[in-house]
Amino acid sequence: METIRIGAGAGMETDRLQPALDLIVKGNIDYIVFECLAERTISLAQLRKLEDPSKGYNTMLEYRLEKALPLAYQHNVKVITNMGAANVRAAAELAVKIAAKHQLPLKVAAVYGDDIFSRIDKYYECPLMEKPNLKLGDLKDYIVSANAYIGYEGIYEALENGADVVITGRSTDTALFMAPAIYRFGWRNSLDKTATCAIAGHLIECSAQVSGGYFAVPGKKEVPDLWNLGFPIAEINERGEVFITKLEEAGGCVTTATCKEQLLYEIHDPANYLTPDVIADCSKISFEEIAKDRVKVTGVTGKPKPDTLKVSVGYLDSYIATIEVSYGGWKCVERAELLVASVKKRVEAMYGESVQELRSDIMGINSLLPGRRPPCEQALSEVRARVSIRVKNKRIAEEIIYECGSNVLNGPGGGGGRVESVKRVVSVLSILIPGEDVNINVEYMEV
Amino acid sequence: MKLLEIAHSRTGDKGDISNISVIVYNMKDYELIADKITATRVKNFFKDIVHGDVLRYEIPSIGALNFVMHGALGGGVTRSLAIDPHGKTLSQFLLEIDV
Repeated sequence: METIRIGAGAGMETDRLQPALDLIVKGNIDYIVFECLAERTISLAQLRKLEDPSKGYNTMLEYRLEKALPLAYQHNVKVITNMGAANVRAAAELAVKIAAKHQLPLKVAAVYGDDIFSRIDKYYECPLMEKPNLKLGDLKDYIVSANAYIGYEGIYEALENGADVVITGRSTDTALFMAPAIYRFGWRNSLDKTATCAIAGHLIECSAQVSGGYFAVPGKKEVPDLWNLGFPIAEINERGEVFITKLEEAGGCVTTATCKEQLLYEIHDPANYLTPDVIADCSKISFEEIAKDRVKVTGVTGKPKPDTLKVSVGYLDSYIATIEVSYGGWKCVERAELLVASVKKRVEAMYGESVQELRSDIMGINSLLPGRRPPCEQALSEVRARVSIRVKNKRIAEEIIYECGSNVLNGPGGGGGRVESVKRVVSVLSILIPGEDVNINVEYMEV
Repeated sequence: MKLLEIAHSRTGDKGDISNISVIVYNMKDYELIADKITATRVKNFFKDIVHGDVLRYEIPSIGALNFVMHGALGGGVTRSLAIDPHGKTLSQFLLEIDV
């Protein structure tokens, strides 16, 4: 029976590379997919592009392709990635340059269409999905990027035209994985098969999160050789059966438990998993461990795709000043609380009118889940105090650090490990636009 | 009995929404968690951080519940002041709940 094996090469912007190279060499895979965009990644990439028009693609692109392309060519593995981020053309040109350097006769495809920033003013009247009482136009002075989540069509076309390397911007994570299977098996018109591919993609899009990462709890959920986690492979056959697996010699594990956790990761209604290509229904999904580290996925069905596309809009939001100091030994909690109270009072006194939001935490007690107190704080041997302050203006954030920092000299006794920082915040909100507003096109470059 | 004895869990994030799965190790325990771990209880457990609704989805075929918590991430992953803006650590707190 004809099968296709798709390896996950990355699950985040800066994911490690070696497990991907291992899959290319030893995984008997047909495709390696580097999925490298989170909600905000492309907005930050857009800012890098504004500073330097030749940049704006993934910061690890060159590192990854330098090592991956020669191996991929040698093992007949095609590469699909959204590492184009905010500058797909520059990323594709770099891929061509790297291929040429290694004398690899590769055809590189650049998929365009997701970036709608140049016509964003057309949508100022659209309500923001997350804040329906506001319109996009309310952010207009601060918008830095606008990218529609596009589906698999452009990648499909690139594969149809013989591309060896396909580079996109903000395509959905799932589209990167769906395209090869739908292309190979001619499933464009099958909703159930398309949805099955979407879920196969969803299961491996976060790389090791389905093969033992983000999972281990010593004594309860053991993961073999966590230090050497292998990235996952989705094997899809012409009957539409999906198997999730990994390299036998790699660390980690693929079990029904790892698959179930990853299935529900970032999914809301399991009966309506929205993608631009299909609405997948996994409310009746099942997983079966048919061999060690080999899980069969069944029961996914599909419904027609939505009429709209989601657009992620990045905007310059604010600046966050953060102050941290650690305390240990006797009365460490009391001293951390004194630091927090002092910093808050000083910020309020000097910059109260500028502060949009302030949060304080005692790490070791309540920084992850505020409101809870441990039963015995006296037993804690160390804690870390943290105060973070949001202001609109960078200069004020820096001044807050100048005037309310230096808390080793000016704070409670025995404080150490001081960290003070100012962070620019680029936030993301979303709108929905008609699907027909986005035109996908593909450019080919050859070595 | 604590939930952690019979179930495992993972947190995901989208904007200002956190979702937490609760998955039984053994399918025979599904009805117990479906009965005991209600959306109201989860909302109450996270009352200090969740400012919106908590919805519960059931996936009996894999013995899982999915809690979708709106207004849970300090205004959104990209702007939260929290040390863990994604709320990735929340699932393991929920497992300490009594069943």
